[in-house]
Amino acid sequence: MSEGKTNHGPAVALDAVTKRYAGGGGIADVTLFVDGGAFVALVGASGSGKSTLLKSINRLVVPDSGRILVDATDVSDSESHSLRRRIGYVIQGVGLFPHVSVAANIAMPLRIAALRQAQGDREQRVAELLDLVDLPQDFADRLPETLSGGQRQRVGFARALARAPGLMLMDEPFGALDPVTRDALGRSYRALHDRLGLTSIMVTHDMAEALLLADRVVVIDAGRIVADETPVALLGGAGGAAAQVLVAIPRDQAARLAGLRT
Amino acid sequence: MSWADAFDRVPPLLASHIVLAAAAMLLGAVIALPLGVFAARHPRFGRVALGFASIIQTIPSLALLALFYPLLLALSVQALGFLPSLLALALYALLPILRNTVIGLNGIDPAVIEAADGIGMTRWQKLYIVEAPLALTAVMGGVRTAAVWTIGAATLSTTVGQPSLGDIIFSGLQTQNWVLVLTGCFAAAGLALVVDGMLAVATNGITTRRRWLWAIPLAAAIIVPAAIVASRSKATTTVTIGAKNFAEQFILARVIGQRLEAAGYTVRYKENLGSAVVFSALGADDIDVYIDYAGTLWANEMKRSDVPSRPAMNAAIAAWTQSTHRVATLGALGFENAYALAMRGDLAKAKGVASLDDLARVAPSLTLGGDLEFLDRPEWASIRKGYGLSFGKTRAFSPTFMYEALKSGDADVISAFSSDGRIAADGLVVLSDPKGVIPGYDALLLIGPKASGDARLVAALRPLIGAVRVEDMRRANLMVDGQKLSPEAAAKWLDSAISKRP
Repeated sequence: MSEGKTNHGPAVALDAVTKRYAGGGGIADVTLFVDGGAFVALVGASGSGKSTLLKSINRLVVPDSGRILVDATDVSDSESHSLRRRIGYVIQGVGLFPHVSVAANIAMPLRIAALRQAQGDREQRVAELLDLVDLPQDFADRLPETLSGGQRQRVGFARALARAPGLMLMDEPFGALDPVTRDALGRSYRALHDRLGLTSIMVTHDMAEALLLADRVVVIDAGRIVADETPVALLGGAGGAAAQVLVAIPRDQAARLAGLRT
Repeated sequence: MSWADAFDRVPPLLASHIVLAAAAMLLGAVIALPLGVFAARHPRFGRVALGFASIIQTIPSLALLALFYPLLLALSVQALGFLPSLLALALYALLPILRNTVIGLNGIDPAVIEAADGIGMTRWQKLYIVEAPLALTAVMGGVRTAAVWTIGAATLSTTVGQPSLGDIIFSGLQTQNWVLVLTGCFAAAGLALVVDGMLAVATNGITTRRRWLWAIPLAAAIIVPAAIVASRSKATTTVTIGAKNFAEQFILARVIGQRLEAAGYTVRYKENLGSAVVFSALGADDIDVYIDYAGTLWANEMKRSDVPSRPAMNAAIAAWTQSTHRVATLGALGFENAYALAMRGDLAKAKGVASLDDLARVAPSLTLGGDLEFLDRPEWASIRKGYGLSFGKTRAFSPTFMYEALKSGDADVISAFSSDGRIAADGLVVLSDPKGVIPGYDALLLIGPKASGDARLVAALRPLIGAVRVEDMRRANLMVDGQKLSPEAAAKWLDSAISKRP
């Protein structure tokens, strides 16, 4: 496997990226640099442009202007499908293929790349990935519809990691889960991020989740980056008004919870 | 005719029905599936395509079949038989498959599509790994609907000369032989049910991941017609005999057929052809021989409205068919099937009516029953004008029901055909035509350009010229219309009656 403990994922650079939609929204002149191995959360309200920013990296959204580099290579240099095969992608709706087994879902990135791989190797890789996302081996033959929401998203992560990408793009990956599952899965992923040395970019509207999981929180408002701070700095009051409005919510909740005990 | 006789006619018709319906389904699917995929990805195009398919669906299937005839004739390809039937039925199969393909593709969870794109599937991979299997249940629903429609509508292909289960339904309707009608209906309905059932099994096979269940309908669609065709195919010169849609035509077609078979030809019948298409079909060699009537050709094909003497008219027709369509008019069979007006004997006596002149006097108090074609024909216009006829009421009936209407008093005067067996059987009076406005309707034997070059064929049919007397034709017609004998049996009797006379 390519992910060694000392290696880390690629750096990502956005240079003056703009994408406008006919009905409004999108992003305007966004410049952002993400170090290899970093865990960055993109936080903002609905329609702020955070998903547009994320999807422009794997070209599910094609920008009107600007350049995007992954590991110093322009993403528009290669064909979209071969670019996406090198990048892990996880979405809120998971999008498991309902007509094939869990194993077939996880192995799908290997299948479509037409890798010259023995059947045994592929089965072994599926087994490793099930272990990686803490799912029992006997899930391999089950259909997605028989799994719980959290189990499905674990399969979604396993599928995204199948080709051992260095870069993971995640669009509200825990958004549809209940709070307990959400917390557990978030911690599991953060552990994987550290262990595999991934570069992770995660879109979320939940500032608490961003503060707890990420190394760096980027706040987007109306298509522009309005704050770019570490969680500690944000909690310390940095990042400006728009960011502080979002930070205030979990801080107040924590204070009120603390108040209940006294 | 017994049920057993009726069932004897089913297997070859069933085979060609299956071949036609399966081919139309296949063509329909080949067009509708890619169109559906494109329509699902381009909603604006999808609305146009679905609208177009819906409009086709509102055209009555009979009209759709008839429309393809002049179209294909203009393109000078095979205008009768398999091709027009195939095209019309394929158009019919289009809508349900197209609509369900669009519904199936649009119904896929958008997250699944986003994931397919996100892991780097190409368009084709996305189509066959994700979209096709997920839309398949909906698509198969459309295929099942299309199959049932196509099998039902295929019975109408009879009218453009393509053999199908419709042959026995239409023949039965014309001769009021309900055993034949029911046999044809049961066979077509049964086929539709069986095919629908097999497609349901196949769909079930997909959803339950038992792909082998597919094999059943596929194998059946290939093996059944192949087996039937293989059991009867013989390679000899085939002569196609055309016939319009009434008993006399069925009988004469078989008299011709039996004589040609005796001469070593293989014979095929195309029955229930419309008056409008049958002559052009002969000129295009889609059929090789049929019987038409002098007055019909005179008015419909030659567009003439004058009324010369019978021999002069026949000679003029023969010259015209040869010079304009290379169709040989071998000669007149010897009897007329002229348009005539007929009344019940007792009513005619009571009103003192013996001729059309007499009729004009009392017409305002009487009801005319006419078949739709007659009321539309130039002959009716010239009778009406020639005698100043003005009826109290005019009602249209299907030809077979007109005699019932006369008996029940729903009509006082009907349009009749002079060779109809029921004229004598019901004691009817045919009104004379003292002014001579009704043209001659000699039955003429016509041979197409290709077949008329075959001297042996011409020789085999020449003895029929001048050999059929109107009394014999009426009796043969009555055997089918009145006694419900098969046209084959009536043809055998008529042929022996022809042979007995010098």
